[in-house]
Amino acid sequence: MATQFIVHDKIDTVGVVVVEDVQPGKDLTGWIMQTDETITLKALDAVPLGHKIALRDLKTGDTVLKYGHDVGRIVADAGKGHHVHVHNMKTKRW
Amino acid sequence: MGRYDFYGYRRENGRVGIRNHVVILPLDDLSNAACEAVANNIKGTMALPHPYGRLQFGEDLELHFRTLIGTGSSPNVAAVVVIGIEPAWTDRVVKGIAKTGKPVVGFSIEENGDISTIAAASRKAREFVQDATEKQRELCTIQELFVSTKCGESDTTSGLASCPTVGNLIDKLDPLGATTCFGETSELTGAEVVCASRAVTKDVSDKFMNVFNAYQDVIERHKTSDLSESQPTKGNIAGGLTTIEEKAFGNLQKIGRKAKFIDVLKPAEAPGKGAGLYYMDTSSAAAECITLQAAAGFVVHLFPTGQGNVIGNPIEPVIKLTANPRTARTMVEHIDLDVSGILRREMTLDQAGDKLIDIMIRTCNGRLTCAEAMGHREFVFTKLYQSA
Repeated sequence: MATQFIVHDKIDTVGVVVVEDVQPGKDLTGWIMQTDETITLKALDAVPLGHKIALRDLKTGDTVLKYGHDVGRIVADAGKGHHVHVHNMKTKRW
Repeated sequence: MGRYDFYGYRRENGRVGIRNHVVILPLDDLSNAACEAVANNIKGTMALPHPYGRLQFGEDLELHFRTLIGTGSSPNVAAVVVIGIEPAWTDRVVKGIAKTGKPVVGFSIEENGDISTIAAASRKAREFVQDATEKQRELCTIQELFVSTKCGESDTTSGLASCPTVGNLIDKLDPLGATTCFGETSELTGAEVVCASRAVTKDVSDKFMNVFNAYQDVIERHKTSDLSESQPTKGNIAGGLTTIEEKAFGNLQKIGRKAKFIDVLKPAEAPGKGAGLYYMDTSSAAAECITLQAAAGFVVHLFPTGQGNVIGNPIEPVIKLTANPRTARTMVEHIDLDVSGILRREMTLDQAGDKLIDIMIRTCNGRLTCAEAMGHREFVFTKLYQSA
């Protein structure tokens, strides 16, 4: 089955889109690498190749988990299926 | 011939190279023109121009010498002609390289002028290149190979697939006794605790954290923002990476899942504890990092890229791999290995690691990398502070 997004670890709160044509409303198939599970998700934004998509509703102040680790914080709410990037996520460093 | 054997050049000091360069090495910026003239006169030689070498002092000067002497001492270099403006520092570089036993000679420009210097240096370079071209490759083993890695123009596909492909190779080569190296001090920010846990002992772990914290102090002292657009870069952000922490965990995939690093090296410092994985304190800028790793004696480089960095190095072949299908399609002439099949689940990480080993061994046997064929020779010194 074609994979449109990939998730590193089971506990991650974001996945990565790995195809070039994700548009709002598109039903996506995802692969969790750690557990080799297949999951599904509806995209609610256009998400470019390589960019992150929220796997659950993320609220301002939430920690973003990727690789099973803390990779930053949410600074504007990002609902499940929405694009997560510099407009709603920031570093906790520097 | 075994799976991991290759044909390399065994040097006077026993070390093994995979290229046979005759280098015309400037001590300083002022000597670039003479070096380039010599390389133009004598075919098969290569000048390595760079912008530094004047009025440096202290640790910055020591790093300058370590980089120059290390570059000339690389097993990928058969012989060296050094040219400097004045004799004392030129001689220091010549003496440093001579410890390897390889042919090296120095010329200084003061009291001679460029034209006489170029003539004398060209005569010597002609001898060196003719002798070097007679050198034959011999069968060598993976225990004799020094491999470095660093990623660039990373995106999320780097952390998903191309960096873990290098990690898979490291996991396979480390138990066989290869010598390997990773670096990029600033680019471990957010993953530093996980990185420190990969040190072989508490002492090595502490040494890593000291180096890491020292550079965090540099960032804190000089930053005007949260480094957005510098670390991660504009290219990283275009590729979907949002924060330095996210980039750091992707970066760290390059050391695989099992190998422990056995020491922390200063920039351009040669490994001193035998075979194994080493951490080197380097910039995360590609050309600076690879120049330092090459000067430390690493002879082949593995470079995962996401958005498509085109980096090469004059003496250390740089093998580039990508998992980004768009980069693999649009930048074919820069990509030695396409592992985008991992993202389509057409290729496992284990298969990708084997493919990378194959292309690395072929490169060691003499196959030119994309960067070599394209003429990429980025030779960039790390400067620690302003010259006097």
